[in-house]
Amino acid sequence: MTTVAAVLVLAGALLAFVGSLGLLRMKTFFERVHPPTMGSTLGTVLVLAGSLLYFTAVESRLVLHEILIAVFVTVTTPVTYLLLGRAALRREHESGGEEPPRSDEGQH
Amino acid sequence: MNPGLLVSLLAAAQLLLALAMGFAFCRLLRGPHAQDRVLALDTLYVNAMLLILSFGIVWASREFFEVALVIGALGFVSTAAAAKFLLRGEVIE
Repeated sequence: MTTVAAVLVLAGALLAFVGSLGLLRMKTFFERVHPPTMGSTLGTVLVLAGSLLYFTAVESRLVLHEILIAVFVTVTTPVTYLLLGRAALRREHESGGEEPPRSDEGQH
Repeated sequence: MNPGLLVSLLAAAQLLLALAMGFAFCRLLRGPHAQDRVLALDTLYVNAMLLILSFGIVWASREFFEVALVIGALGFVSTAAAAKFLLRGEVIE
């Protein structure tokens, strides 16, 4: 049981690692917004599931505190990224710098 | 239930999280625009929270849960405040 928990934590850490590597490697800001969300959604959920399983196994009673952090992170991440994306769009527009990639690229 | 395997798996996870924090810190120092730095700070907060949680498992201590919760809350508030500042030039209007 504890080994399964450790594997879950390792998988979550791997996701956070890949997300941060993407943050470092991507070229523009609007590409860089995407990778860290791997760590802050699935990575966090996996690490919290590992922690929950481990403490449930060690203390031999149901431990559910970790769900609190999972709910909190799931609710707050979109809020911050929405604010940050809006701020970045506005700043790019004002400085006349790099244009954000459009989703309807093939239509014009 | 092999304690050596458990410890080495968790050590590998902690190494990965520490490297992730290092990458986010590199972006925090390098980031060409202010929004890159705010994004890197948010990633740094999330990675630090995960690292604290893994320390809690290694030392089998429940106290680290509260620390992780506080770091998560501080990360949300500081990133939201910084993004609001970039958006409007003022945090509270």
